[in-house]
Amino acid sequence: MNLTLEIWRQENPKAKGKFETYKIQNISADCSFLEMLDILNESLIDKVQLPINFDHDCREGICGMCSLYINGRPHGPDDEITTCQLHMRKFKDGDTITIEPWRSKAFPVIKDLMINRNAFDQIIQAGGYVSVTTGGVPDANSIPVNRNDAELAMDAAACIGCGACVAACKNASAMLFVAAKVSQFALLPQGKIEAKDRVKAMVAKMDELGFGNCTNTYACEAECPKNISVANIARMNREFLCAKIS
Amino acid sequence: MSKLNSKIPKGDLADKWTNYKSHQNLVNPPNKSKLDIIVVGTGLAGASAAASLGAMGFKVKIFCISDSPRRAHSIAAQGGINAAKNYPNDGDSVYRLFYDTIKGGDYRAREANVYRLAEVSSSIIDQCVAQGVPFARDYSGLLDNRSFGGAQVSRTFYARGQTGQQLLLGAYGALSHQIKLGNVELFSRREMLDLVVIEGKARGIISRNLVSGELEKHFGHAVVIATGGYGNVYFLSTNAMNSNTSAAWQIYKRGAFFANPSYVQIHPTCIPVHGDYQSKLTLMSESLRNDGRIWVPKNKEDAEKIRNKQLKAKDIKEEDRDYFLERRYPAFGNLVPRDVASRAAKERCDAGYGVGNTGLAVYLDFAASLKRLGKDVIEERYGNLFQMYNKIVDENPYENPMMIYPAVHYTMGGVWVDYELQTSIEGLFCAGEANFSDHGANRLGASALMQGLSDGYFVLPYTLQNYLSKDIKVPRMSTDLPEFNKTLEDVKERINKLMNIKGSKSVDHFHKKLGHIMWEYVGMGRTKEGLEKAVELIRVLKIEFWKELRIPGETNGVNTELEKACRVADFIELGELMALDALQRNESCGGHFREEYQTPEGEALRNDADFMFVGAWEYKGDGQLPELHKEPLVYESIEVKQRDYK
Repeated sequence: MNLTLEIWRQENPKAKGKFETYKIQNISADCSFLEMLDILNESLIDKVQLPINFDHDCREGICGMCSLYINGRPHGPDDEITTCQLHMRKFKDGDTITIEPWRSKAFPVIKDLMINRNAFDQIIQAGGYVSVTTGGVPDANSIPVNRNDAELAMDAAACIGCGACVAACKNASAMLFVAAKVSQFALLPQGKIEAKDRVKAMVAKMDELGFGNCTNTYACEAECPKNISVANIARMNREFLCAKIS
Repeated sequence: MSKLNSKIPKGDLADKWTNYKSHQNLVNPPNKSKLDIIVVGTGLAGASAAASLGAMGFKVKIFCISDSPRRAHSIAAQGGINAAKNYPNDGDSVYRLFYDTIKGGDYRAREANVYRLAEVSSSIIDQCVAQGVPFARDYSGLLDNRSFGGAQVSRTFYARGQTGQQLLLGAYGALSHQIKLGNVELFSRREMLDLVVIEGKARGIISRNLVSGELEKHFGHAVVIATGGYGNVYFLSTNAMNSNTSAAWQIYKRGAFFANPSYVQIHPTCIPVHGDYQSKLTLMSESLRNDGRIWVPKNKEDAEKIRNKQLKAKDIKEEDRDYFLERRYPAFGNLVPRDVASRAAKERCDAGYGVGNTGLAVYLDFAASLKRLGKDVIEERYGNLFQMYNKIVDENPYENPMMIYPAVHYTMGGVWVDYELQTSIEGLFCAGEANFSDHGANRLGASALMQGLSDGYFVLPYTLQNYLSKDIKVPRMSTDLPEFNKTLEDVKERINKLMNIKGSKSVDHFHKKLGHIMWEYVGMGRTKEGLEKAVELIRVLKIEFWKELRIPGETNGVNTELEKACRVADFIELGELMALDALQRNESCGGHFREEYQTPEGEALRNDADFMFVGAWEYKGDGQLPELHKEPLVYESIEVKQRDYK
């Protein structure tokens, strides 16, 4: 298929970016979206032009490195996938595709489509763990966990930290990301001991870093590649309230 | 004395690690904070090592190639992690896990290291559960297990099809905790480009800031390399796009030996190649072989009709299907080790029974399990894998069998290390997939996660402390020392040389060419003639690369083409070493299959009399042949046999 691409180009974080138009021909429907960009980059290098920079790594939907806002949707026009799992069969011959970076104050652009998601690391550092150190822990089966709780914890723990929830939200809120981690530990006995401090510290860090608030549009859940439920946000709010009043 | 001293402690196999720990030297708490450790890589091995060492009180600097430690490719491991817990009461023990790993590695791994691995495996599970890793549980609330290839017990712990992700996030949490406490400093979007050696000891690294392009000098009393394997030498592999061998290769050039580079694991269950634009291959977890049956048509005519789309898998009657693994290996069936399963699939496809458009695919069929267990159970066990397959191939595996074919997945070879995980450069350690030590010539499923975390949580914290106990009087060194500046200049020169080629071909052009050579001649089936040809072709490719490469842009700021060029320059050199290593090893073992050396049934034929050794290569300079050192493998506690999964 033949396509027209409108791609955001930005030299560095301070530069003013703009869209540039590229034409690309003979793309197979079985080609992945990022492979299509590889082909475009090869053709740019052929013409001694600068290739388009974009984040990517595992290319199997688990590392959370790839991003891209494609035709107005984080990770493009398909459900429950990352951009690297998007295939060109989702587009038609002759389509024009608009490709932008995630847009959020807390995720500044580094170059072209690459962004800085260091804020997510900082939120985790604020308390997104159980503070055990290596060694001296009890036998694994001495901490039984209700199977249903373990499954719910796993649902929340499946978050890949890509930031699509922030990109999808009109307030650039990171509530779904933070709630997923808070929920995972709130549901497990290992996490209960530090639950109050954890939720307070993580929420405070999230606010400090300039993420917006939640206004219940559920756009985050709709665009989450791992189908993380907004029920986690409700759980976090309850944890937060309890921590504040106790 | 040989240049290789593996430093295996004395005593009975089962007592060695305990003896080591009892007699090692320690560093007292105030001194720990005066000692700096550099850890390169944030996967399971790197993150767990940095978190553990930081918690002990050492000052750790950790370097991450991505924007966050959580992106490391350990995250993509699917199926599980082995541990000799014997929770299912099915006869497992430390010895049995040790035995299975040695046998699975085709008797080419070091006995003492593997025993230690099996010994600490239980502690890993305890540690991860304490961190809140959401492992699968049964209705009683206790941990659940599944089976993996090469074992007759269920010892694999798992978190759906995302075990690597959950373990990495556990280690990342522990690391984040130490970062918050100020014990570990994180350097993200950095790539190590060289090692600084002062008076024969590793004392620092040169890294490139991948955002600013700046070259940086960092000091450490000791350096740990945990940068993963080199599967991307084949261009197409299940590795992530950024996975590379450069840190390992640069330390090789500074004097660390590289062991068994030809031992590469080709994983049987990957989604087949579908086009020349393809950038990577996707693994379908080995756990699928618990409930999936592998087959091809019994009749060539049927296979041909399937390839021409005149027939579908469903049209082939039960009696016309060849479940070739169950036929050849009735005792282990679909759960034979990876090297055995891969070769069997290749054999069927080469003989003309393959399916798919290209004929390079076999079926992995869940129909029987779906009937027996129901869709819900299958979905709960493998839902994310089925979804992944569906998204890539655009076919529903609940209705039609999956199509799979072997692909490069893991590298057993790597930097040579002794029992303490120290390389042949003093003060330089190597952990996880980057080292060679535990898997011999073939790694068993669910053992990579075990090894990465064993090295990081439970081995390095002891052995590094033992090493650093001698360094308590060594103050932090200035990075203005001539050795730092000289190494920085070397890196600068290498980068300038690459930038100034100003040829006409992209990095990927050369990388794909290298990949073709490697897959064709240093892949699943190797011959003397083929390997000699590979060496020749790679040498020509190296000349072309340094003459015709084009890197657009500048060295300042983000330049992904420059990053790739540095990596591919190293891959080309490693490719040659892999071929040389495969050439000297006149036997077949595990993932290394020399077609000249096979049994009448087509199984790998080892030559224990001449090749029961670790082949460790020493760099002798550009354009010079490297020197092979042999570390003999001595098996005291295990009877060496022909591997038999029948």
